[in-house]
Amino acid sequence: MSEDDTPDGPAAQKLPLFVERQTYRRRRIIDAARALPVLGLLLWWVPLLWALPKEPTSASGALIYIFCVWVGLILGAALLILALRRRDAEAQTSNGGQP
Amino acid sequence: MIGLNALAAISIAYVLMLFVVAFIAERAARRGKTAWLSAPIIYTLSLSIYCTAWTFYGAVGSAARSGFEYLTIYLGPSLVLIGWWWVLRKLVRIGRSQRITSIADLISSRYGKSNLLGVGVTLLAVIGTTPYIALQLQSVTLSVEVFSDTQPSLNPEAPPTAFWVAVGLAIFTVIFGTRNLDANERHHGVVMAIAVEAIVKLAALLAVGAFVVWGISGGVGPMLERIDASALGEWQINEGRWAGLMLLSAAAFLCLPRMFQVMVVENDNDAQLRTAAWAFPLYMLLMSLFIIPIAVVGLDMMPPGSNPDLFVLTVPLAFGQDGLAVLSFLGGFSSATSMVIVAAIALSTMVSNHIVMPLWLRFRTDGASVSGDVRNVVLLSRRLSIAGVLALGYLYYKFSGGGEALSVIGLVSFTGVAQVLPALLGGIFWRGATRNGALTGLTVGFAVWIYTLYLPSFGPDTVLPATFFDNGPLGIGWLRPEALFGIEGMDPLMHAVFWSLSLNTVTFFGASLMSFPSPLERLQGAQFVNIGRAASRTRSWSGGAAQSEDLMVMAQRILGAPEAQALFLRETRKQGLTGILPDPTPEFLEVLERELSGSVGAATAHAMIGQIVGGLSVSVQDLMAVADETAQIMETSARLEAQSEELTRTARQLREANEKLTRLSVQKDAFLSQISHELRTPMTSIRAFSEILGDAEGIEAEDRIRYASIIHDEAVRLTRLLDDLLDLSVLENGQVSLNLRRAQLSELLDRAVASALQGEDRLRVRRDQASEAFWLHTDIDRLAQVCINLIANADKYCDAARPVLEIRVGQSEGRTVVDFIDNGSGVAAEQQDVIFEKFARVSEGEAGGAGLGLAICRQIMTRLGGDISYLPGQGGGAFRVVLPSDQALAAQ
Repeated sequence: MSEDDTPDGPAAQKLPLFVERQTYRRRRIIDAARALPVLGLLLWWVPLLWALPKEPTSASGALIYIFCVWVGLILGAALLILALRRRDAEAQTSNGGQP
Repeated sequence: MIGLNALAAISIAYVLMLFVVAFIAERAARRGKTAWLSAPIIYTLSLSIYCTAWTFYGAVGSAARSGFEYLTIYLGPSLVLIGWWWVLRKLVRIGRSQRITSIADLISSRYGKSNLLGVGVTLLAVIGTTPYIALQLQSVTLSVEVFSDTQPSLNPEAPPTAFWVAVGLAIFTVIFGTRNLDANERHHGVVMAIAVEAIVKLAALLAVGAFVVWGISGGVGPMLERIDASALGEWQINEGRWAGLMLLSAAAFLCLPRMFQVMVVENDNDAQLRTAAWAFPLYMLLMSLFIIPIAVVGLDMMPPGSNPDLFVLTVPLAFGQDGLAVLSFLGGFSSATSMVIVAAIALSTMVSNHIVMPLWLRFRTDGASVSGDVRNVVLLSRRLSIAGVLALGYLYYKFSGGGEALSVIGLVSFTGVAQVLPALLGGIFWRGATRNGALTGLTVGFAVWIYTLYLPSFGPDTVLPATFFDNGPLGIGWLRPEALFGIEGMDPLMHAVFWSLSLNTVTFFGASLMSFPSPLERLQGAQFVNIGRAASRTRSWSGGAAQSEDLMVMAQRILGAPEAQALFLRETRKQGLTGILPDPTPEFLEVLERELSGSVGAATAHAMIGQIVGGLSVSVQDLMAVADETAQIMETSARLEAQSEELTRTARQLREANEKLTRLSVQKDAFLSQISHELRTPMTSIRAFSEILGDAEGIEAEDRIRYASIIHDEAVRLTRLLDDLLDLSVLENGQVSLNLRRAQLSELLDRAVASALQGEDRLRVRRDQASEAFWLHTDIDRLAQVCINLIANADKYCDAARPVLEIRVGQSEGRTVVDFIDNGSGVAAEQQDVIFEKFARVSEGEAGGAGLGLAICRQIMTRLGGDISYLPGQGGGAFRVVLPSDQALAAQ
């Protein structure tokens, strides 16, 4: 399995500018996996705004919102991990068993 | 109603079941059946020790008191796991490759194996965790009291429940937590027991929740209406606490010693983490799903003034659901016990590796190389540490009075351990983080936490006098514990979190920037930050002075004799030696140190090897020497490579030249024999016929004329041969004088064809007269000689049934060329480069010249300023004559 894809320092210059489609796709999946918690944090900070309007938000609605975000994040993480694993498995078989 | 005795029996049966589970798991691990023990789902369930009794009971209490804030405690860790690619993935990889045994070990190992840092983190962890353990004991006691309230006959003199729980937990932890000094510090039995407990507590909470929603409220819809109608019906949060607690719990999730233990130390492979990344957030979602319903129903149904922390127990009891209440009790019991067990293991590892072992090493004057099993010392120190940690927890519980609301202690503890976060994240992402920076940051954060949160948490007038809070120490107003720098009005918890973590981070960063790390720190820093990228195989030992035998003695004492011998044997084989003692190379010392650090921690292992090797650890000079050497070696090797390439090239040229010389020498030999033969044959016949003419009388005139003509012919042949030789020699020496005149090419070729074929019609010559119609200004006779030679050669050597010679005039590279192409088999490739040499003869047997013709042609063409060469690939023998350029142009 390849390592970090955000290299810095001198190693960056040695990395190829163009990579195969497969590798490119894999990196974008990893980008998505990295972005997911940030998205989660933003969505879960939305309730901070609910205190502003004069008409208070109902507790049941708030609970449903928070739990829906939760389920969405879990599904997102699971799907990304699944996609990553499938891609790695494909890469393994196409490389003749070499990881 | 369940009696206390029945409850005790159920609890003991449950604990026995856990013992059996742990025992079976340990046995399976011993037999090597670790596949199912390290299954990702077991790992995920073991993470559930995050959900302690504080969350099991306290979440409902928190919801009843302050609404939705309890959710943040789960949301933060969910984000950490969903963002596993950022931190957790790196952390578990470092943990595995560096054989990390605890969070103190990680910090100490990262910052140059500094034991001072290890001690600091250990102290912080002990101080932060003790109240937490007290909290678990308190929750078990409270839950037992729920049952005993209905039976006032309880003997008040009996030892408190908390005491027996602490003793029982200590026994369990000692048995399964310190069975062996496993090299990887993995405790299969404990992990399996925790996984079972995770299922029990989830099932308990879901069962109570389901009972509340469907049993009492009558379904999801009515439940939601009930929530909206209750005191919690409006969304009300303290914005600062909502955001801050989410981040705090995320930080604590990473830094809590017990979480680090199950998440990093017990981690076996990346697949475990990949499953946990989505499965554990799901677990936490389920754990928090029914908290609000239980709280709402509890507030509705229970008499005012009842403790909301215990709604999970009291609501089922109030509705006569004894079975459910017992299940709920077991859930709370599970939450408490699993947390205490893992926390005790984690803390005992830290205390033993960072405090007891270094002290023991220091006060044993005989050093690390004496014989005798150190493992017993390590195990004993861990067992005592476990007992000590639990005793501390119990004492804290006893003296704090156990009256506080549960969740407050939990958050105080969270803030304490979160002080490790800057050093932790800085350590794995920033190579510039230094030991001094980490030490400063930790100290400042720790001090601020103690001052602003930990001491005030005991309440005014217990540790700190009330005037302290109002006026500050010695009346200095801006130092008030809950309003540092005069900033008032913040929530006390957020105030402490904000100041402790921000001052911690700022000083950590600042001190890192200003200090200079030791070489070992820089090595470790590079290894931690670049984990998994190009594995940097830099050695931290320069090796040499160590005695392998001493190392062996020491390794046996820590790893055990068979394991140590196996390790040494493996390393000996790797070095290609026989026997059992490998050479103490830096590589070997590195391997050994890593193995040892799996048992006693990085700092201790480093110190122990240092004692034997004699402190020959790496120095800046060594590093620089290594770097210099490498650069030099690279330069030299590049130079050598260039030289070797050049040598190869020269050798190839020499070989080619040699081959050519050999061929020429062979040709010369052949020529000499040929020329002697050529000279001798005419001489012999001349001599023979002149003798006949001289001796014999009766020769007829006819015969005499014939003989005389033979003599003449042979003499002519001899002369021609000698002429050729002379001609060549003259041409080669450049003594030839050119006789320049004008003539047409067609004329020249006409003459050459006539002269070469002498009227014979064996060879057919095909020409294109039109293309030949141009004037030449050169030595026409010499050029004709070349053409005659080529045509005669074709006549002589063309082996086709109907030989045809084609003479083609054309242009090549701006010059006029005349190609002579026949339809024979041509000249073999290996002959092509020698046919123009003197004495070259293509075929041995055939009669003809002495192999001087083409050599003369080349000399002539060179003199005339043209060229002649063999033209391969024309389907037969082919020669190209490049006409002299200036003369040709002049003739246009």
